[in-house]
Amino acid sequence: MTFELSDRVQTVPPSGIRRFFEIAEERDDVISLGVGEPDFATPWAARDAAITSLEQGKTSYTANRGRRDLREAIADYVADRFDLGYDPDEEIIVTAGASEAVDLAFRSFVDPGDTVAIAQPSYISYEPGVIFAGGEVLPVPTDEEDDFRLTVEGLEEAGADEADMLVLCYPNNPTGAIMPAEDLEPIAEFAREHDLTVLSDEIYAELTYDGEHTSIASFEGMRERTIVFNGFSKAHAMTGLRLGYALGPADAIAAMNKIHQYTMLSAPTTAQYAALEALDSCENDVREMVAQYDRRRQFVLSRFREIGMDVFEAKGAFYCFPEVPEGFTAEEFAEEVLREQGVAVVPGDVFGAGGDGHLRISYATGLEDLREALARIEAFVDDHA
Amino acid sequence: MSEREVLELLRENARYSTADIARMTDLEEDEVEAAIEELEATGVVRGYQAVVDWDKLEDERVRAEVELNVRLDRETGYDDISQRLARFPQVKALRLVSGDYDFDMEVEGDSIREVSQFISEKVAPVPEITQTVTHYVMTSYKENGIEFGDGEDDERLSFSP
Repeated sequence: MTFELSDRVQTVPPSGIRRFFEIAEERDDVISLGVGEPDFATPWAARDAAITSLEQGKTSYTANRGRRDLREAIADYVADRFDLGYDPDEEIIVTAGASEAVDLAFRSFVDPGDTVAIAQPSYISYEPGVIFAGGEVLPVPTDEEDDFRLTVEGLEEAGADEADMLVLCYPNNPTGAIMPAEDLEPIAEFAREHDLTVLSDEIYAELTYDGEHTSIASFEGMRERTIVFNGFSKAHAMTGLRLGYALGPADAIAAMNKIHQYTMLSAPTTAQYAALEALDSCENDVREMVAQYDRRRQFVLSRFREIGMDVFEAKGAFYCFPEVPEGFTAEEFAEEVLREQGVAVVPGDVFGAGGDGHLRISYATGLEDLREALARIEAFVDDHA
Repeated sequence: MSEREVLELLRENARYSTADIARMTDLEEDEVEAAIEELEATGVVRGYQAVVDWDKLEDERVRAEVELNVRLDRETGYDDISQRLARFPQVKALRLVSGDYDFDMEVEGDSIREVSQFISEKVAPVPEITQTVTHYVMTSYKENGIEFGDGEDDERLSFSP
């Protein structure tokens, strides 16, 4: 027999980067600038805490919302770093990666037919998440002229005043754009005025190289309509440990917990011990990694300018977003530079509206590899100029 | 502050070109050159060397960490003893340390015999030295901040969201 697939699953197209995997597998000298995860190992103290917890046999389920000591540590951390106040008992849920938290939010707050405005280009999982929840996506393009920041004009042009929900991701994957407080304020006002629920993915908050990260939840009247996502994958280099969390009003977190307790039960216990230690003692490791990313960022931006490719001045995350030279679409460039030079990059189109004509370059790769990869890209551009 | 940044990068890899350092620090190349000249002129940067994993070479290279205890008198201080020892080419590093012994000395030679002879014939007889304890290096796992494990493969996916 063949399975009769649900309409929702059939609606979502396969990932736009799947084809590139196959090409990458054909050769063994590929340098990948296509990865959205740190190349650093999880700080040793966090790994050690995970090992110790295993040695002590701490492998049972935890509270659905996560260990209380971890929720307390998260509450202290977000208060200290981002001036956010959340009650560890009712307003925080620990999840299997921030991705699970995002999915819980869509399934908790989106009814079939609801419209979810997504500031794009953006992380590729939001759109399928909305569709799986039965909602409809309203792309809100941002463009390079506005430094890929979301503007009220952009929201109005896209018709987001009629939407039910707005999804933000700043610092942004894939552009590296950030939204300073002065840019967020009018967005907050727009959300209040049009009664939008806001999902704010702030997983890259620690990776802000210019100024301080501000959460949209910190504006007046926003806390009660915003869910903030964060986690340990990026700044603490813990992608494989799958640990994230969501912050929000008690009733919203309770709704998310309802789905979580029936599907995940609780986030991985070992990872929760690692995360607790990461918050407790790994601040210096985070600072050191951020400093390294910043150096690489400067290096990569500068090299693209030398190569003659226009590149957006990314100020957050670990991505930069150059424009492809004339004569190529982003997809053609990504495919040919992979085939000819063995450099894996992601075409900007896969990140939605506003991403076409660009490439996502991850600099979560050692400097020696970055130097070689950029030399190969330069050779490719010279060959085809 | 830029000098400090340049210094950190040189410590990471002294073979970074001035152009690369300029790209990483957002300085002009001539500013980087000036910072390096200043660091060298003031003696902050004393030299540049390769970090070698001797186990990868067929030629034998013997290294030892030697603990030295000394007795000082009115005429002889730590500096006097250090000057006498540091001039030997076999001595690669010499540090005055706190704790159970006074000097920590790194010695290199082509054979255990050569290193042993050097310690027994040149170091031990120094009148102020009261005791030497020699630890031969068997395997080096990390030198100057660089780990010697054979580069682990990057197991991350070529593409990820």
